Amino acid sequence: MSKQPEEYEDIPGTWVFDAERARRGYHLNTFFYSLMKAENREEFLADERKYLEKFPMTEAQREAVVSRSWNTLLDLGAVSYALVKLAFTDKRSYQYMASQMAGVQESDYVKMMTSGGRSPDGWRSKSDRKN
Amino acid sequence: MAKIIAGVGTSHTPALGAAVDNGRTAEPYWTPLFKGYEPAKKWMAETAPDVAIIVYNDHVNAFDFKIIPTFGLGCAAEFPIADEGWGARPVPIVKGYPELAAHMVQSLVLDEFDMTIVNEMQVDHGLTVPLTLLYGQPKAWPVRVIPLAVNVVQYPAPTGNRCYMLGKAIKKAVESWDEDLRVVIFGTGGMSHQIQGPRAGLINTPFDTAFLDDLTRDPERLARIPPIEYLRDAGAEAIELVMWLIMRGALGERVREVYRFYHVPASSTGVGNIILEAA
Repeated sequence: MSKQPEEYEDIPGTWVFDAERARRGYHLNTFFYSLMKAENREEFLADERKYLEKFPMTEAQREAVVSRSWNTLLDLGAVSYALVKLAFTDKRSYQYMASQMAGVQESDYVKMMTSGGRSPDGWRSKSDRKN
Repeated sequence: MAKIIAGVGTSHTPALGAAVDNGRTAEPYWTPLFKGYEPAKKWMAETAPDVAIIVYNDHVNAFDFKIIPTFGLGCAAEFPIADEGWGARPVPIVKGYPELAAHMVQSLVLDEFDMTIVNEMQVDHGLTVPLTLLYGQPKAWPVRVIPLAVNVVQYPAPTGNRCYMLGKAIKKAVESWDEDLRVVIFGTGGMSHQIQGPRAGLINTPFDTAFLDDLTRDPERLARIPPIEYLRDAGAEAIELVMWLIMRGALGERVREVYRFYHVPASSTGVGNIILEAA
């Protein structure tokens, strides 16, 4: 059984955190949630692999956490509001995480934002990106 | 009788709170933003409402993934400040108004809005940054707060129309409370922004401007914007703007815009602030 593709799947460069992604990412997001506590942040940073064993997530999810593969994590069910706690644990900002996802240096990302941000033109539909 | 006298729309970007907490508001990057909030702060000091209903979203702080309420009304006497991953913000604890909140829950449920009752909850930047922007850095918040947490984390958020209708029911609930109270309602979050994926950094100023315009001119048009339009045109996280429609719905048919401010960016966000007085 499967459902029709959702209209939002056509938005390029975007993972809408829907029920299916929430299901796949449940343990991954629970791990991010645990990083709200200072003692958990310390324990995680001391031995990342060992800490991740506590959460029944997939090996691909663990690998993406350790390598800080931000977009892969989104694809594997992370939600950005929870994922950012990993960036905070690394003493990084929301803006840094966004720049990594956009594939640019943080300074270039900041420059884009102070110049008015990314225009939606060319980014509304996957068909826009092919032109 | 309690009365909702005005609504405040404002972004709740965490970086705005961090700039205040770390004493960086005089830096060139931040000056235009905090200057832009000055008139709203002045308005708030002069208005001095007794109660603020703050419509905001929790960012996976009070609610983990075990339970995700679509609408959660904070009924506690106080709400501690959450540690979101970098330590709790150094701001005063938020004092609630449990008696009024309990009355609102009863009224809303009988009005067919199935609220989740939240008796213990930490509040995050979604609620505390708007307080900071409108009240500055007092030793204690000079207002009692009723938090209304809306799910915008997991798709789908409640529709704009549902939020607008809930606002109308909130007006009815507040106005059936027999105590002379002046109430302000905040709609927070947005405006256009996306903080995920290769499309991160998306801003749509024309969308935001039209949204601000139509809060006064044509809120019914805003209530009809489908979720896909927020996601596609204004960024994945712009769906937070549905929370402004709860605020708008609670103000009654006619409003008067008394202040507006818009600036790009704070971090990755198009920042908007509007004050609407119930006419």
